[in-house]
Amino acid sequence: MDSDEDFLSTVSSDDDIMLDDSENDDMSNGDEFDDAFDEDPDDEPDMGLQKQKTPVAYDVGYKVYSPGDIQKQQEEMMNEVNMILEMSKEDAAILLRHFRWNKERLIEDFMDNSDKVVEAAGIVTSVANPPQLETLSEFMCDICCDDDEGLRSFAMKCGHRYCVNCYRHYLTQKIREEGEAARIQCPAEGCSRIIDARSLDLLVTPELSDRYQELLNRTYVEDKDTLKWCPAPDCENAVECGIKKKDLDKVVPTVACGCGYRFCFGCILSDHQPAPCELVKRWLKKCADDSETANWISANTKECPKCNSTIEKNGGCNHMTCRKCKHEFCWMCMGLWSEHGTSWYNCNRFEEKSGTDARDAQAKSRVSLERYLHYYNRYANHEQSARLDKDMYTKTEKKMVQLQSASGMSWIEVQYLNSASQALQTCRQTLKWTYAFAFYLARNNLTEIFEDNQKDLEFAAENLSEMFEKPISELADSKLKVDIMDKTSYCNKRRLILLQDTAENLANGRWTFNVDLKNGQSGRQ
Amino acid sequence: MSLGTKRLGKELTKVLIRFPCEQIQKTLPPGITLVKADDLQEWLLDIQVLDQNPIYAGETYRLKFRFGKQYPIGITPEVVFTKQENRPIPMHPHIYSNGIICLDLLGSSGWSPVQNVESVCMSIQSMLTGNTKNHRPEGDADFVSTNKARPKDIEFYYHDNEV
Repeated sequence: MDSDEDFLSTVSSDDDIMLDDSENDDMSNGDEFDDAFDEDPDDEPDMGLQKQKTPVAYDVGYKVYSPGDIQKQQEEMMNEVNMILEMSKEDAAILLRHFRWNKERLIEDFMDNSDKVVEAAGIVTSVANPPQLETLSEFMCDICCDDDEGLRSFAMKCGHRYCVNCYRHYLTQKIREEGEAARIQCPAEGCSRIIDARSLDLLVTPELSDRYQELLNRTYVEDKDTLKWCPAPDCENAVECGIKKKDLDKVVPTVACGCGYRFCFGCILSDHQPAPCELVKRWLKKCADDSETANWISANTKECPKCNSTIEKNGGCNHMTCRKCKHEFCWMCMGLWSEHGTSWYNCNRFEEKSGTDARDAQAKSRVSLERYLHYYNRYANHEQSARLDKDMYTKTEKKMVQLQSASGMSWIEVQYLNSASQALQTCRQTLKWTYAFAFYLARNNLTEIFEDNQKDLEFAAENLSEMFEKPISELADSKLKVDIMDKTSYCNKRRLILLQDTAENLANGRWTFNVDLKNGQSGRQ
Repeated sequence: MSLGTKRLGKELTKVLIRFPCEQIQKTLPPGITLVKADDLQEWLLDIQVLDQNPIYAGETYRLKFRFGKQYPIGITPEVVFTKQENRPIPMHPHIYSNGIICLDLLGSSGWSPVQNVESVCMSIQSMLTGNTKNHRPEGDADFVSTNKARPKDIEFYYHDNEV
């Protein structure tokens, strides 16, 4: 209980400090913005990062932003660009989006060749010619083929002119149906000019303008590699984390959103510590596809040498007669039965090389299957328990109410049950992934420590689970309450010890895996 | 009147008014013939490859267009080859044997409202003209037997821009 809460509160206090820093990192040596959250604290003036260099190896620095924070950040950047480059906020916004919010590069490139930047981003700089609707004579709209007199039309600087109706239709379609905002191009084929907010306001209803703004906000998060949306349903927060893709074999960047959902910043799947993303991806794929069915078939069956029907031998002697083609052969050497001479039922060709090879391959396949099943069963067991945990929260609440009336304890006093339930859930989540992790782990000196940690955590979690399931009458006993609280705290500690150990060794490259984490090539199937 | 009806009406008038004197006006480019445009939802057109490309010489192919209500904005028209007597599906590494065409301008990211039936036909015609490979796309059999999505929903991967 205590350690977990400590861990959570460190994170939240980091948040406060970090929030203030967002304005300062512009001053930092003009590096790419992405680097502002680099793990290397030495060349970083940020105090928040110093503080984040915690001794816990499984923890990564991150912060959570509400929708308001995201809006504020964008505005600050726009204001700054607007001041430095002396342009309107709308144009600054388009430029920033064009540069995927890399302000330093934008300013640098703009100083270098402003015309080129402006042209590439597709904005109109001349204040003398604000976007406007025009009525031209002899105009025919290429979209609706209308050429009525007095048809109002609009064109961006690219000169592709369409009637107001079609333009509006087009923009509505893009915004409403396709959810586009920052990169809506001119309707003309192959024209890459991007519509700006001012032109858009001229053409669409205020309601659609609002939706456009909302979508723009979203692209801010999507454009920046250091920001990701919290994947929990109905959660509107975004999380910022400086972890880079190439480091994902060294660290498992688990973050906890303000809404309480814990997920991996690297792959957006829910918390899968201690297994690195690549292993998780492989594991899920392995469990999902039927490669294991194939493994079973190869471990348990042989094919008829004549018609290739798959045969499982479930008893009897080595004299096989294929049901389908009536071919007679020896199960041992797969040779013709008639060639066995008089040594029937005791295949003396067993020692021949081809026969041994076939047997070896089969044995190997069987061992590999058993190994997989060993880990899979344990993984699946925790996963199933975790699924049951979904109801656990409501069950716990009910239990807490019952316990209050049974024992006369106050709401605060029964909170320990809630802590226990939460500890159980997190521990199970971690345990589940330790099995996927272990499946890919090649044995070395460190695996034993890992397995001990795993065993301890599992044992503690099962103990806690058992206590937790006790009937209300027993829970009311104050001794059990102390036991549960102790066990909860112990579970949390064991979990952190396991994570610390795995994360440290991962960061230092001390684990060896039987698959390659870097380039997606697998040593085994 | 929805945009689709209006625009298709205009496209149709453009073709039909000059249809009788096609020999002179050549509204539709050579090798492209309007077969049926009874309503404004589905049109049929025949196309031929005019140069001496041996893969397509002497053949006529039938294209079926299906339009959305908002045509030419929004949903891109569905354009496929249909198989009939004397109207085979042309051999092309981007055309599946069920008539589905893998062409970027028919996908939502490649479509522009400025495109029209005539320009689409011409693009397909030139796609055939320039082709020298007399075979189906890779994985044709698989795709044809398993695909249930409508052509516009298929995420083609335009991996090969040379054909």
